[in-house]
Amino acid sequence: MSESVQATAEGLVGKRIIEERFGPITRHTLALYCGASGDHNPIHVDSDFAKAFGFPDVFSHGMLVMSRLGRALTNVVPQAAVRSYTVRFVAITQVGAEITAEGEVTGIVEEGGERRARIALIAKDQNGEVKLQGEATAGLDGWEKAHG
Amino acid sequence: MLDRSIVGQTRPATRATVEPKRLRFFLKAIGEEGAIYHDKAAAQAAGFRDIPVPPTYLFCLQMMDAERPFALTEDLGVDVGRLLHGEQGFRYHKPVYVGDELTFTTRIVDMADKKGGAMTIIAQETRVENGAGEHVADLTGTTVVRNPGAGQ
Repeated sequence: MSESVQATAEGLVGKRIIEERFGPITRHTLALYCGASGDHNPIHVDSDFAKAFGFPDVFSHGMLVMSRLGRALTNVVPQAAVRSYTVRFVAITQVGAEITAEGEVTGIVEEGGERRARIALIAKDQNGEVKLQGEATAGLDGWEKAHG
Repeated sequence: MLDRSIVGQTRPATRATVEPKRLRFFLKAIGEEGAIYHDKAAAQAAGFRDIPVPPTYLFCLQMMDAERPFALTEDLGVDVGRLLHGEQGFRYHKPVYVGDELTFTTRIVDMADKKGGAMTIIAQETRVENGAGEHVADLTGTTVVRNPGAGQ
């Protein structure tokens, strides 16, 4: 890796590189995602079913929010550079939620024979409640090449 | 109390094909308009051989082509209405493209009660190989089973 690329990488640490809003997550969004994802669990699309299991209404697939957060990631970091992507589903995302996705570079590590950026990711709703919290790693060479 | 003997078990493999029109439907559902996911030339300009799948789509492929997508929890006698997703992770080793035929092999690695038995967390690891036998990705995930009437 060239010196200038390394300098760029170090300069990323502590920077918020992702900030994107999406939503609201409508019933229509949930219906589309139900069909397209192969996750046909009725809890996300059938409010009678959701109520029978003690929920006030249908709620989002966690994976739908993870997909949208992933899209916010790949809008900034080219997918070819993404080495890992992991989240914890902290709280249920209610129907109607408007989500803010944020990502910040927390460090540069040597891993798998290359330098990688660690990116902390978070998805919050309109009340600031954290829904997903996670991390992605991205190979710096691939990242720079894609932008070079 | 759920049957703990499944821990260490490798589940029957699922095969899935990355079909372009099904992928289009997924892209629409998540609002992904990025050129590399829609246009082969754009994908190739970004260093891919063909159109790649977005980062979370592997999870979907395993479910959509499984004969019984909820087989594990069904076998434990758990209704889908009691399930929540706890964690999900992906480690990418090689790109996955439209047209790829994938094999998913899942192993149950752990099962633990939380909150005095009010929930049980099942941890799984899945190895994904493409048609050439290349190890393309690993998935890790936890399923949360709510146990009504148990615990706090």
